[in-house]
Amino acid sequence: MFSFSFFTHFGRYLFLLKKCFVNPDKPSIYWKEVMRQCVEIGVGSLTIVIIFSVFLGAVLTVQTAYQFTTPLLSKTIIGSIVTNTAVIEMAPSVTCLILAGKIGSSIASELGTMRITEQIDALEMMGVNSATYLVLPKVVAGTIMVPLLVMIAGFLEIYMGMLVGKWTGVLTPEEFMQGSIQYFIPFTVNFAIIKATTFGFIMSSVPAYLGYYTTGGALDVGRSATRAVVASCIIILLFDYILAEILL
Amino acid sequence: MIEIRDVRKSFGETDVLRGISGTFLPGKTSLVIGTSGSGKTVLMKCMVGLLQPTSGHILYNGDTDFVALDEKEKKEIRKQIGMLFQGAALFDSMTVEQNVMFPLNMFTDMSLKERLHRVDECLDRVNLKGSNKLMPSELSGGMKKRVGIARAIVMNPKFLFCDEPNSGLDPQTSILIDELVHEITEEFNITTIVNTHDMNSVIGIGDYILFLHKGEKAWEGDKHSVLKSDSQALNDFIFASKYLREIKEQLNR
Repeated sequence: MFSFSFFTHFGRYLFLLKKCFVNPDKPSIYWKEVMRQCVEIGVGSLTIVIIFSVFLGAVLTVQTAYQFTTPLLSKTIIGSIVTNTAVIEMAPSVTCLILAGKIGSSIASELGTMRITEQIDALEMMGVNSATYLVLPKVVAGTIMVPLLVMIAGFLEIYMGMLVGKWTGVLTPEEFMQGSIQYFIPFTVNFAIIKATTFGFIMSSVPAYLGYYTTGGALDVGRSATRAVVASCIIILLFDYILAEILL
Repeated sequence: MIEIRDVRKSFGETDVLRGISGTFLPGKTSLVIGTSGSGKTVLMKCMVGLLQPTSGHILYNGDTDFVALDEKEKKEIRKQIGMLFQGAALFDSMTVEQNVMFPLNMFTDMSLKERLHRVDECLDRVNLKGSNKLMPSELSGGMKKRVGIARAIVMNPKFLFCDEPNSGLDPQTSILIDELVHEITEEFNITTIVNTHDMNSVIGIGDYILFLHKGEKAWEGDKHSVLKSDSQALNDFIFASKYLREIKEQLNR
């Protein structure tokens, strides 16, 4: 039963994605819509990303320092751990889990409401490919904007980690930067961007699928939004592991 | 003209439409009436292609079988169709002007000036001049329906479908909407099909009436013959209220 349900959903999900890329009527209209969604997803999520990253960076330094009580290890290693943790896991994965909650619920509830109020039917009636018009711009914007947000998150986490190290007297900015550079592996940045792009696609397309096929009433829109967040988070965690296995 | 022939639609084991046939003529307001659950909305959705009939034919302009067309061909027919949904289905994120202009943006190469002019014409036609910048959330139920009509006619459609245009409206506004639909139908020679269970609409604008009962065509006629019908199902539907039954008895005497 579970496998039947899974394959049904997966098949419909692929069908929706295929439908998205068929017959764009007027490219200029879609371009405007993509830009609008970029602002909605990117600029709209900036505040939460900044707040989250600032505190996460600070906590990372304080907690790492707390666990390194031995004088046998150089303090610079704290900078290395904070930087690598931020780049490899915190910025791409944890930030994306937070964004999946915000962006995912927003996309699913918007499309779900449009479905139950017949707005999607109205588009289809006009001869507009509703999937291309409504879903594609969100997926494109999510795939473009999430990596940019992740880069901002990574930078802020490292920077705040360094500042908090200085303010609490744990280590100087020079020591922090020395550790960051000494053990830095450039590929981790590529890895983070690959992860963020993948997660951006997941967190926009999965909620879009669940919202687009909502049936029923207001209660079902709420259920779709909840399901979208849960499904996106689980798939993001699954792909986090798969990408780590493949790329590291 | 739209002709439907033996249209059937089933959902699993449930037969919702059981062989409906009828002809809807241009310049006439055709009503599909029936109790809730009689299959009116399913029939309309089959006719516009939002649902695929299980069997039967839906002929546009007398020869094009809509059921047999592929998606691309259906899309071309749909550009000739305007539809007013039960809840108006206006796009929440757009103003009245943007809602009405939307089909023009998608399917025409008109300049902005021309599009704005056309939008003003349509809004003027539905008596909503000056409401261009309002959001759907700022409109009353009747205004939403009128914006829905303006959006439906902006592309000069040959066919207009209205799904329960009076639902949720007070009697006075209902009559205004009915009159508007009827006037537009005659003015632009549109083939108009209205789903309704509003008796004012039936008696007021029903040039052709198709009565559905439990998924079957139980009666057809016009507003003049509807009150004199022998059909038990139709009489049960029309004279459901005691007040109307008394009026009929008085008329018969």
